[in-house]
Amino acid sequence: MHETALSLPVVLPEAVLALGTLLLVLYGALRGERAYNLVTEVSVALLGIVFLIVVWKSRPMGITFYGAFADDPFTRFMSGLALIGSLVTLLLSLAFMRAERIGGFEYPVLILLSTLGMLMLISANDFIALYLGLELMSLALYVIAAYRRTDLRATEAGLKYFVLGALSSGMLLYGASLIYGYAGSVNFGDIAAAVHDHRSMGVLFGLVFVLAGLAFKISAVPFHMWTPDVYEGAPTPVTTFFASAPKIAAMAVLVRVAFSAFPGISADWRQILVFVSIASMALGAFAAIGQSNIKRLMAYSSIGHMGFALVGLTAGTVEGAQSVIVYMSIYVVMTLGTFAGILMMRRDGKAVETIADLAGLARTDPTMAFYLATMMFSLAGVPPLAGFFAKFYVFAAAIKAGLYGLSVIGVLASAVGAYYYIRIVKIMYIDDPAQAFDRRSAVASSVLALAAVLVLVFVFAPTLLTNAAMAAAQTLF
Amino acid sequence: MDLSSYLILAAIVFTIGVAGIILNHKNIIIILMSVELILLAVNLNLVAFSTFKGDLTGQAFALFILTVAAAEAAIGLAILVAYYRNRGSIAVEDINSLKG
Repeated sequence: MHETALSLPVVLPEAVLALGTLLLVLYGALRGERAYNLVTEVSVALLGIVFLIVVWKSRPMGITFYGAFADDPFTRFMSGLALIGSLVTLLLSLAFMRAERIGGFEYPVLILLSTLGMLMLISANDFIALYLGLELMSLALYVIAAYRRTDLRATEAGLKYFVLGALSSGMLLYGASLIYGYAGSVNFGDIAAAVHDHRSMGVLFGLVFVLAGLAFKISAVPFHMWTPDVYEGAPTPVTTFFASAPKIAAMAVLVRVAFSAFPGISADWRQILVFVSIASMALGAFAAIGQSNIKRLMAYSSIGHMGFALVGLTAGTVEGAQSVIVYMSIYVVMTLGTFAGILMMRRDGKAVETIADLAGLARTDPTMAFYLATMMFSLAGVPPLAGFFAKFYVFAAAIKAGLYGLSVIGVLASAVGAYYYIRIVKIMYIDDPAQAFDRRSAVASSVLALAAVLVLVFVFAPTLLTNAAMAAAQTLF
Repeated sequence: MDLSSYLILAAIVFTIGVAGIILNHKNIIIILMSVELILLAVNLNLVAFSTFKGDLTGQAFALFILTVAAAEAAIGLAILVAYYRNRGSIAVEDINSLKG
């Protein structure tokens, strides 16, 4: 790929986002609380503009900043996905933040900073850029987890996330330092060249620590402990954000590190990821069964989904990488749709979060019940919805790579997991109706409806997504 | 002094840091100190490798880590203060309002 010392067009999305965010901070600091509305509107517009820049085809690609920063089809696809996650989350937050009176111009600014970190993370091509992107993303996330600072549960969620996140960054860094020492470089391409035929104990140790650090960020077992608490304690729009965009970015960087820095020792990292994947799928399937809080249930659901996405990565082939990209795209649509539904669960002006609150929704609000049921069936992987195809592609890639045991365990975990999704549908359609919810917010209903439609029509044109994902995956090989 | 002495020292400091986070049942401030220990171990590793290889990348990396560690500590303490105002305690065993 074309490599340059410093090229601005290649980093244009990040540059625009960074500059815009800094201007918004300045404006917010000067105007105080009155700046909230304008800052929010400009933030939404800024994310939209950056999205357009990312998908703008004639912008030059290449590796720049002396090899630290790679802009290729993979970067563009995943950055676009992360930006969609951030943009939709920000739109969904507006009504909630107004109703709960926890506005403040800092919230959109923190979302922007975190998104900037994600873009840097996705395009990182060496460990220094990876670390800086990861920290920019995480530091902003720690703060928004505790954004409702007078609430005990939110601050506790922020504190837990901070402690475990700091530990995971430390492990990732320790791994990076060992890899630097034993492979002789921090650049992914140089590392791949150095550890191609001979591997030292130091590089293997480093690889384990790096994988542990990244597994933390995608909340894969055994580094998932923070997820249920943080999902439950943080305000719901913040949980929506946690479940969508950062997961995309962390998964993207995991895929890139695995395929572009360590293709020579793929047997080693595949072995580790098989374990992580099985453990995540199993925990996601079993631990969610007893949950009564829907946000906590979605936390275990996301742990399970990360396990399924990792199945594609363990295949270690180009089809595997493609299936991970497809899985993450469908996952983000399902997650945003489901959380839009959860945000609509408001009664007498207060947000309610237990699954029992959904009882009899089919009679009080049949449209919302239908859309939510579609989401649940898709999350469970019922054909012909998009969630089924997401699982189908990862398992097809795994079987093609000869991972039969992993595929069987995955399908079984998926069947167990279907129980708790379908239980929600049963509660909505069969149980006696509870009191009706407040009037739905327009933004959340349209997000939920759009997600449901996308999930339903995916079966008619799967190649639109799979071809784009294939083009993105091929750049890693 | 050879390289392995530095690496062993860094490994010991790193282990103390991780153990401080996992085994500590008293105070969150100790967790913040342990995080700093972990980052110091990483810096020690990087600087030792950098010196012995005659390559400056490791030292540049260490400078970046020092900067980010300062920001991280500031954010951690800010969240801790917000938590203390709500809970009135910073003992690790009191962090228990979220579970399931």
